[in-house]
Amino acid sequence: MTSHTPATPNPAVIIPPNNQRRFSILRQQHPTTAPRYRVLVALGTLVVAAALLPMVYLVIRGAGAGVDGLAYVFSERTVGIALNSLWLALGVAGASLALGVPFAYLTTRTDLPGRRIWLVAGLLGMVIPSYLGAIAFIEAFGPVGAAQKLLEPFGVARLPSVYGYFGAWMVITLYTFPYVVLPVRAALLSLDPAQDEAARILGLSRWKAFFRVTLPQLRPALAAGALLSMLYALSDFGVVILMRYNAFTRAIYTAYNSTFDRERAALLAITLVLLTSVLVIIERKAAKTRGRSVHAGSRRKFTPVPLGRWKWPALMFCAVLVFVSAGIPLMVLGGWALNPNVTSPVPLRLDVLTGQTLLVGVLTAIAVGIAALPLAILGARSKSRAGRWLIGAAYLGNVLPGLVIGLSMVYFAANYAPSLYQTLPLLIYGCGVRFLPFGISSTQAALSGISPRLEEAARTLGDNGIKAIWHVTVPLAWAGVLGGMALVALNAMKELPTTLLLAPIGYRTLATQAWTAYESGSRALIGAPGLLLMAISALTLAVLLWRER
Amino acid sequence: MRKFVLVVALLALMVAPSMAQEATAETLTVYSGRNENLIAPLLAQFTEETGVQVQVVYGDTAAIANQILEEGANSPADVYIAQDAGALGALAKAGVLAALPSDVIERVPAEYVSPEGFWVGLSARARVFVYNPAQVEALGLELPTSILDLTQPEYAGLVGWAPANASFQANVTAMRLQLGEEATAQWLADMVANGTVSYGSSNTNLNVAVANGEVVFGLTNHYYMHNLKKETPDLALEQAAFAAGDAGALVNIAGAGVLTTSDQPGLSQRLVLYLLGNSAQTYFTENTSEYPLVAGIETNPALIPLTDFGLPAINLSDLDDLAGTLTVIETSGALDE
Repeated sequence: MTSHTPATPNPAVIIPPNNQRRFSILRQQHPTTAPRYRVLVALGTLVVAAALLPMVYLVIRGAGAGVDGLAYVFSERTVGIALNSLWLALGVAGASLALGVPFAYLTTRTDLPGRRIWLVAGLLGMVIPSYLGAIAFIEAFGPVGAAQKLLEPFGVARLPSVYGYFGAWMVITLYTFPYVVLPVRAALLSLDPAQDEAARILGLSRWKAFFRVTLPQLRPALAAGALLSMLYALSDFGVVILMRYNAFTRAIYTAYNSTFDRERAALLAITLVLLTSVLVIIERKAAKTRGRSVHAGSRRKFTPVPLGRWKWPALMFCAVLVFVSAGIPLMVLGGWALNPNVTSPVPLRLDVLTGQTLLVGVLTAIAVGIAALPLAILGARSKSRAGRWLIGAAYLGNVLPGLVIGLSMVYFAANYAPSLYQTLPLLIYGCGVRFLPFGISSTQAALSGISPRLEEAARTLGDNGIKAIWHVTVPLAWAGVLGGMALVALNAMKELPTTLLLAPIGYRTLATQAWTAYESGSRALIGAPGLLLMAISALTLAVLLWRER
Repeated sequence: MRKFVLVVALLALMVAPSMAQEATAETLTVYSGRNENLIAPLLAQFTEETGVQVQVVYGDTAAIANQILEEGANSPADVYIAQDAGALGALAKAGVLAALPSDVIERVPAEYVSPEGFWVGLSARARVFVYNPAQVEALGLELPTSILDLTQPEYAGLVGWAPANASFQANVTAMRLQLGEEATAQWLADMVANGTVSYGSSNTNLNVAVANGEVVFGLTNHYYMHNLKKETPDLALEQAAFAAGDAGALVNIAGAGVLTTSDQPGLSQRLVLYLLGNSAQTYFTENTSEYPLVAGIETNPALIPLTDFGLPAINLSDLDDLAGTLTVIETSGALDE
């Protein structure tokens, strides 16, 4: 998929390299000359070392607890928290698949009216930070929410509690199912319709053809989507705190924030990283067992599947999904933002907040864009074991929740790098580590799509090496690289825990402002910064999709 | 690509002015365990009157105290403002607070100052319970007279608390001193078993929840109700003190200390003295509905008289075993609910 449209930043961007290798068909191999290769490996090692340095400190910190620490990790409480997290991750993955696969199918393969619009509306969840979604849900479905007031005249004394597992599971699912839609949609688009048609001709019904022919071929995409939802559920910070569900991130935050128990917070963080790593390994094994045949060469366009009498139920499904995931938060935040009675005791400088949010986004994107370069070139142009190891290590950022990255950076900087402590560079460093994988995979995808022969041709026409790269490779790869950087910026702007822990004194982004407003009980003050954040994210996503065109 | 560079340059220009202002004037770094809404207007007033810039780190009192300990000699903080005496005591014990001069200390009665002068109270606050009067009536409940009553079955699932909040934690420390370790741990465990609902570290969210009827009672500080009612006068929220001398009727302080690592102790002391000045003390009682500590400042008449809480059963400077309290609270499972 990526090799045909080098500008496509998604979903390759969010799929770990192993899967990506399966997705790309025409990986270009190019024998890199030895000295250049060595420079790349050296630079890549430097980047990976920088990304993993704080983690090393976290491990040292946790190890400082010694035998007591080990007892703590295996205590009933820690095991309970681990099971809570695991249970949430599995529930979210299952529900995301259950929502994401039909949604992807309906908007990709059928004659659903307005399916492009439904697709975009369904993906809106990607620009709504999940913690804002959770706040809106509590407001709407909480014990004294709008839904309760609406139902009271009908004799509903009290809705079932929105707090706990149910609320956390529902909200996280609503904001992770797009991560299933994207890879599934990409896979559906790249499948050869001939197979499906052959199955139909041989007498299978549409349902049976889907389950026996199409679904098995979606397996890698399903595994990737499920993994992404699980990673998201494990690392989600705001929702589990707001919904009072005692998963790892909440327990770590409590240990850090109300007890600042350094060793225990570190131990819980390490346990979470181990749990996440196990899930990633299982996913890779699961996805590897069966490949799929992709015939990208000579496939025809699909004829859309007619929905017939399923048209209205399908429309209902899409409408409810979009209303719940995007409509409710927009209505709640909009109501707050437009409420004229709301005044802030502290002046709210939305312009400064917006500027600072954009600054974090853009600087992180630039930092990641540069840092990802050597690793992406290694990934795209060399098959060496060193390159694979380095990229694998850099992908750890995908596994590390923002809270853990922030925590390790605080420990590290406060003790060993006081001049970095509470500065913008440290914040960018933290966000950079967190979103480095996005940069690597999109740059790598962009580079993989460009045949090195084009460079060679330029060289035979008289350009020297660097000139050839500048004249040929850079312009071709630029759109893809920029798309990846936009995705990094989008995520860095939404990022809450890393920013909360690492921002310089007095430096607030729209995300941390909204969070602070909630914590100090002034819920209505979440409205304006929350909406602004969504608007900026939506613009970034629009740029991204427009680039993809 | 050129467009991209242009966008970045523009952004840098946009943000540069807000970043550059800090280096121009004298700047104090304050670590505040008190809520921004309560303290920021006062600090802004200080800047206006003195020209000294103040940059503030806000956080929960315990977290900020431990952050100072983690930073050690590298701490950029000059002044620490806490919402309870326990955290200040813990820092004093760790030796990171410098003794304050007598002109600062003498403004406040001795029971609200560290014996060695490491910290000083800025305002007093009382532990109370808030309740939703309509719900209390509907359920036919009696108001509790002791914090120990709340473990009874008739209060099951009806009480809210904020176990991650420093004021609650200080109350638990006081209980450990007054009732003993075992009885306190038992009380916490019984509360958890009785379905007490946690509102994390946010007393405001707890008070709102009581007014909304999510829970019927809330263990909290006295001033949240007053401040919420300023915005919404008809809020369904009342409060009362536990019986005088009860373990739940603690009068605590919000206070401040100057760090030994501060490179401008003089300026730091000036800020503390400012917070003990007549205008700041009036602000504390009028705007944040607390009890002023400086003689001659009239207490906000809306507040429950301080004498209703009885004589303090413990010395505030003994509340310094924050770590011990945090362990008891964590063990009880209160933070997991």
